[in-house]
Amino acid sequence: MSLASAVLPASRGSHRDLVEVVHVRGLRKSYGGREVVCGIDLDVRRGEVYAFLGPNGAGKTTTVEILEGYRSRDGGEVSVLDRDPASVDRAWRARVGLVLQSCTMPPELTVRELVGLYAGYYPHPREAAETIELVGLADKRDSRVAQLSGGQLRRLDVALALIGDPELVFLDEPTTGFDPSARHHAWEVIASLRELGKTIFLTTHYMDEAQALADRVAIIAAGEIVATGTPETLGGRDRALSDISFSLPAGAGVATLPAELSEVAQLRDGRVHIQAREPARALYALGGWALGHGDDLHDLTVGRPTLEDIYLELTAERSPDGGLTAERSPGGGLTAERSPDGGLTAERSPGGGLTAERSPDGGERG
Amino acid sequence: MGGVRLFAHQLRADLLRFWRNPQSRYFTVLLPIVFLVIFAAIFKGRTIVDGKTIPITTFYVPAITTLGIISASFVNVTIAVVTQRESGELKRLRGTPLPASFVISSRAVVGVVVAVVMSALLLTLGWLAYGVSIPSSIVGLTIAVVVGAASFACIAFAFSTRVHTADAAAPATNLAVLPLYFISGVFVPESQIPRFLRDIATVFPIHHLAKALLLPFTRTHGAALAGGDLLIVAAWGIAALLLAARTFQWSPHAAS
Repeated sequence: MSLASAVLPASRGSHRDLVEVVHVRGLRKSYGGREVVCGIDLDVRRGEVYAFLGPNGAGKTTTVEILEGYRSRDGGEVSVLDRDPASVDRAWRARVGLVLQSCTMPPELTVRELVGLYAGYYPHPREAAETIELVGLADKRDSRVAQLSGGQLRRLDVALALIGDPELVFLDEPTTGFDPSARHHAWEVIASLRELGKTIFLTTHYMDEAQALADRVAIIAAGEIVATGTPETLGGRDRALSDISFSLPAGAGVATLPAELSEVAQLRDGRVHIQAREPARALYALGGWALGHGDDLHDLTVGRPTLEDIYLELTAERSPDGGLTAERSPGGGLTAERSPDGGLTAERSPGGGLTAERSPDGGERG
Repeated sequence: MGGVRLFAHQLRADLLRFWRNPQSRYFTVLLPIVFLVIFAAIFKGRTIVDGKTIPITTFYVPAITTLGIISASFVNVTIAVVTQRESGELKRLRGTPLPASFVISSRAVVGVVVAVVMSALLLTLGWLAYGVSIPSSIVGLTIAVVVGAASFACIAFAFSTRVHTADAAAPATNLAVLPLYFISGVFVPESQIPRFLRDIATVFPIHHLAKALLLPFTRTHGAALAGGDLLIVAAWGIAALLLAARTFQWSPHAAS
């Protein structure tokens, strides 16, 4: 490919194609009379990592499969790499890489044979050995697929998505089931894809994954986009109040707090919570008050709403069965559980990591 | 990569996968050989086929070749397609530029290649161990093998849509073919099968493939091509292919 063709849009490509890789307006899809995607808009720009988040059953997988060309739509305008994915050809397929939610590899072939096989499908494939190296499977290249671990299989899946040197890569929950070190390795791989100039459409259950990788985030709940933005500003996160929390010193009551604090202080689980617009001013007053009582605030925490807090807040409001409950745990983290039919359970561990898993009957649908 | 080279690229991988899969090695390659040895050991003497008296081993070589061809094409292709579909592999392949027709036809060609190899193995075994003479019309025999294998591979594509889990593929195919082997002149000569069972068997393609394979062994002159039987087998294959074109599924059943 010449430099000019790499930089300039194709002759029939519009100006929009140069900037927007995915363009969706009013996308609709129903199953059996129930609308699961209710007229959504999406824009993914060239070269960005776009995270698409949402609970199970929110219409996430349906939307992604429409963009990938696997499902038909009932209404709306969809353009992916300047083509309608409902009618695409081999040339379009060569420009798109896919990591599907679950895929078992042929166990009989070695890593190198399988990557070589897929390389043969594409007009301008990447170097196979280099791609195997990129996903960290160089020392496994002559192993049969049957001998790989779950995390290694997923990395092989990523290698197969990249071997055609695509412009756009769909990664559908690429790190589900990974242990923490495998996930961080996968993040490095995804970050390196961005450096290669790829556009990444990422779906994930992990908020820290979106926080670490995404340039922009969209949240879908009950078939509608409820928020879009950067991980830092999503849902007004940058403008949200700080949460100051501490245990009352012995012998002190909420009423003894300085007036401007006692008005907004709330006692929950034996701790005082203060939602502060100006945290430095509140802390200054609080410090004076504590020292005045001859004590310190040994377990003081100052928190800002995490991406996960925002996500849970936004998706709980739109939960169709109202089954999502969220509450603050004593550690200042957040635990959320959804009733058994809802499928999503997420909790923040003491180390700040997030684990989420699906209940056996709550598999991703729609 | 040009069309022919791309097809060869896919076929090479599919053949390699067939050979490295223990299930296909034992059930498709070893089992028909074991069957021929056992049947030749149990049944002795001569049998009557089409009014001619022939050694029973001359009957069993083409009869077990029928089984070998159907194992290589129908059973093997059904298991491969259902396993690949349910694991999500077919869906993933559909997301690549590899044409869908190549995915399908490469699997069918694997069935035909393995069927030809199995027929040659069984023929050689019959000649060496039981003194069964090689038919003079080797062309007629080869045509019957290829038409049979290709047709049964097409039947496999239609049949695969009725099997919803990878675990069910092997039992379901065996349930379909085993009773027919007994009444279609594969396990026992037709002359020993009751009339009404024979009549049922003539509806299905196994009976006709068995007859077409037997003919070159009983007729020592001419092309020995059972045109009518092969046409019926091919008609089953074409009908199945047309049905499969409308009903074939690429996505796992569990996630539809």
